[in-house]
Amino acid sequence: MGEHALLVELADAAAAEAFHAELLRRRASGALPGVREIVPAARTVLLDGLAEPARLAAELPGWEPRPGHARVGTVVEVPVRYDGPDLAEVAARWEVSPEEAARIHSSAEFRVAFCGFAPGFGYLTGLGARYEVPRRATPRTAVPAGSVALAGPYTGVYPRSSPGGWQLIGTTDAVLWDTGREPAALLSPGTRVRFVPASRTGADR
Amino acid sequence: MNDRAVAVVRGGALTTVQDLGRPGHAHLGVPRSGALDPAAARLVNRLVGNAEDAAVLETTVDGCALRPRSAVTVAVGGAPCPVRADGRPLPWGTAVRVPAGALLEVGPAVRGLRSYVAFGGGITVEPVLGSRSTDLLSGLGPAPLAEGAVLPLGAAAAVRGSVDAPPWPGPPDELVLRVRLGPRDDWFTADALRTLTTRAYLVSSASNRIGLRLDGPALERARPGELPSEGMVLGTVQVPPDGRPVVFLADHPTTGGYPVVAVVREADLGAAAQAVPGTRVRFVTAPQEPRDRRGPRSPGAPSSSGGMP
Repeated sequence: MGEHALLVELADAAAAEAFHAELLRRRASGALPGVREIVPAARTVLLDGLAEPARLAAELPGWEPRPGHARVGTVVEVPVRYDGPDLAEVAARWEVSPEEAARIHSSAEFRVAFCGFAPGFGYLTGLGARYEVPRRATPRTAVPAGSVALAGPYTGVYPRSSPGGWQLIGTTDAVLWDTGREPAALLSPGTRVRFVPASRTGADR
Repeated sequence: MNDRAVAVVRGGALTTVQDLGRPGHAHLGVPRSGALDPAAARLVNRLVGNAEDAAVLETTVDGCALRPRSAVTVAVGGAPCPVRADGRPLPWGTAVRVPAGALLEVGPAVRGLRSYVAFGGGITVEPVLGSRSTDLLSGLGPAPLAEGAVLPLGAAAAVRGSVDAPPWPGPPDELVLRVRLGPRDDWFTADALRTLTTRAYLVSSASNRIGLRLDGPALERARPGELPSEGMVLGTVQVPPDGRPVVFLADHPTTGGYPVVAVVREADLGAAAQAVPGTRVRFVTAPQEPRDRRGPRSPGAPSSSGGMP
């Protein structure tokens, strides 16, 4: 891809995750040539800022990434009020009640497959294939910060108010992105995540 | 007053603080950002004795006006424009001394789009993730300049000896962008690839720091459907559903789902950032790229010249 990048395409999401983990291991041990960015995505990993991309490309077929994840660290818990305007529609697609939809979502363990769209916006996988939902036919011009949303196989949390076409199922007060914090992103690639129903504390429903 | 700072008198259409960007955070969705014409930003820094990666101002179209609170060395480069201090003309493209309290006017670009203004000591707003650049996609870094804002400056180093100021090449009448096809050129018809590399496009007025938008013939897809999101690089030529290519500039999203038909050489992007709306744009495949995709790919072999179809 261009003069200084390689876009490595893997067979599926799991293979992409394993390859990403392998890259991070090799970088940590100094076995990877200088690279400015390693950007995992749905089924690819981008390596940008390589002096000699062709040389690394020639090496790759010899690699045998161990299956596994980038990180097995602690689980980040994200408190959620399942009060999104699209919760009923998502529940209807899943053929369950909104309460059951919230239970299904908060029972799964997620993993940040990759980030993009906005700083700190993670694409989280972990729901079964039968829970995939389409984007909204008409995107919203402003999705509030902290909105917990679904699209395709992914769950995401909007770090700040922005336009968006995902189905909004809930809201969190968790701070997804804070450049005054290290790391700035609450959800970086490889992070394990659980959504925990927040007890209702508001005066109104 | 003796404090090292400049006050903004007129922000202009869009004036931002830029250094050479914040690489290394693309996996978190953070663009590289930084000066769109990095050669110009490096040059004005050298002219005032700064390190090349010091933060400068990047104007858009109509310049800006500032009032330094202490005497400061200034150089304006990039797009040529009139420069004045308290109404008196100053030379463009070289280091000049501006007295404390004088009104420094950076006028509208005469050619090109973006002028760069360096101050001795650099602009020292608080860095975010290692850079002082304003990233308009993600809202990182300082806000675009507005009247009344005050920008702190660092301690100036002495300007050592003379700095050669190479004549600015100026924006070409026709912008030629050298590309390498792929990685998703196979998502387009052979006709579309021929169109991309033979027909002319025009720079659209919808262009910004995120991308150079182009008007011209739409590129037809050979394959329908969506591409799962994948990583994007600087210079990516992405093709949204309307078929008109967009060249990604410094504030581009780090992942995207529209297919990338080609990638522009980084060295050509500074000129792209100076191309005014309406400028003709041609994409040419880099010499190492076989023109005919069905032909043998032999990146190491010398390419034959001439006989361009």
